[in-house]
Amino acid sequence: MSPARTTGETPAPARFEPPVGVESEAFWDATREGRLLVQWCTSCDRGVFYPRVFCPHCAAGADALEWRTASGRATVYAAVVENRPDAAGAKFSGGEPYCVALVDLEEGVRMLTNVVGSPPAEVRSGMPVTVTWEPLSDGRRLPLFETGQTAP
Amino acid sequence: MSRVDRSLRGAAAIVGVADDVSPTGELDRFGRDLEVAMVLDALADAGLTLADVDGVCHPESAVAFAEYLGVHPTFVESTMTGGSSYEVHVEHAAAAIAAGVCDVVVSVYAATPRSDRTQGRRREWRRPAGPNPMAEWDMPYGLRTPMGPYALAAARHMHEFGTTSEQLAQIAVSTRQWAALNPRARYRDPIDIDDVLASPLQVSPLHLLDCCLVTDGAGAFVMTSAERARTLAKSPVYVLGAATCTDHMVIGQMPDLTTTPGAVSGPRAFEMAGMEPADVDVLMGYDSFTITALLHLEDLGFCKKGEGGPFAADGHLGPGGSLAMNTNGGGLSFTHPGMYGMFLLTEATRQLRGEGGERQVAGANVAVAHGSGMFLSVMSTAVLGTEAAL
Repeated sequence: MSPARTTGETPAPARFEPPVGVESEAFWDATREGRLLVQWCTSCDRGVFYPRVFCPHCAAGADALEWRTASGRATVYAAVVENRPDAAGAKFSGGEPYCVALVDLEEGVRMLTNVVGSPPAEVRSGMPVTVTWEPLSDGRRLPLFETGQTAP
Repeated sequence: MSRVDRSLRGAAAIVGVADDVSPTGELDRFGRDLEVAMVLDALADAGLTLADVDGVCHPESAVAFAEYLGVHPTFVESTMTGGSSYEVHVEHAAAAIAAGVCDVVVSVYAATPRSDRTQGRRREWRRPAGPNPMAEWDMPYGLRTPMGPYALAAARHMHEFGTTSEQLAQIAVSTRQWAALNPRARYRDPIDIDDVLASPLQVSPLHLLDCCLVTDGAGAFVMTSAERARTLAKSPVYVLGAATCTDHMVIGQMPDLTTTPGAVSGPRAFEMAGMEPADVDVLMGYDSFTITALLHLEDLGFCKKGEGGPFAADGHLGPGGSLAMNTNGGGLSFTHPGMYGMFLLTEATRQLRGEGGERQVAGANVAVAHGSGMFLSVMSTAVLGTEAAL
């Protein structure tokens, strides 16, 4: 349960804060301690993302799914730059262009994220990136990925 | 998936169409008013009336719309696949007619995003609230929709195949050349590649002129059995093949950003029609963005995977080129109210009837309307043809 938030004087968060899906509570809880979890199917030995109540690869049930801590290492699959943060309704970059990317985790799943640590226009497909965390207002943390880092 | 059954081939035909657009980008009517007008105009075009209608397609609720129309249809179809909804309606309506579920089907679309804004009207359509995959995994990262997912596909296509911004820009340039021949197009002034590249970067690598318009627009089509079609006012436009495929909804779940589900729907539709890309006289390929049209060229087999860039750059796609694509001026220059697929069908029908005016493709007997919905998520391909193509 998320704590009641004050309203009125509290400024809107800079980020759209993600809701917690019924299948993903463990994922978001782990972010509080900086751990990136990936759901894993023990039946077909593949990663599953986003979290589900069954395996979309082999249709195994919830019993076959477990949580594993990911290495945090990933490779950029595709990256773009939002040059008009106002048009996107995004405030987290302070009005500056930012990079949105799909990254492939070592565990074989793909996530949308922001890649930080390099000028956004310099982020390319194939670049190695590593998870980093941005605090959310309720103590959860949002996984971002940064360039130029070795594995944690 | 099931084998392709060719029994649908030639079993049903579009017999009436209507659309309403304006060079100002705004219409006076909106909502149900506009929807009903389109249905009645399309029926009049066919020489039919509401009393003939026993099938209704509407991507929000066919039941509510049928009640509003006062008809009692035996076929209702509310499939909502974004921009490709109306190609899906073609496929499903043809199947329903072939199976004897109904005889006369109408499908309708109306949206007025531009005048809604200028007139201060509240839009009915809202983003779904509450926990859902897009809210949980995409929205925190500020990926603008619908443009962002298409930009990601463009970036990946560039990475894998060396596709350039200049090649994408050529699609916008060629499409504008067609728009110049259409007096109802929103934008008709010629542009060149430098104009596209000089237009403001949005979600890079897409520039403003790589993106479709935001206009009002509305349209409808009417379909009936081939037998009945031959007794009606206009030359039938037969559904020769139709197929749909979806492989994701949110972009992070798309298996391969350089290959759309059109690589499944296209070949299936062609197989049903007994045709191949070389037989196509007019390609109406949903151009929400230049990259969208490029992916269609590859996935439908007009060129090989990865060769869409050079294919477009060679000037194949404009008036007088080897492949007449988006002859109305497309979503890039003609109109784009949000779910543009209806206009693929109205233009394909007019081309096959020889009603294209200055932009008519001589001797057009086969046209493909290839709709793209959501975030390259749902592709629906309709192969349409004249009596000579049967």
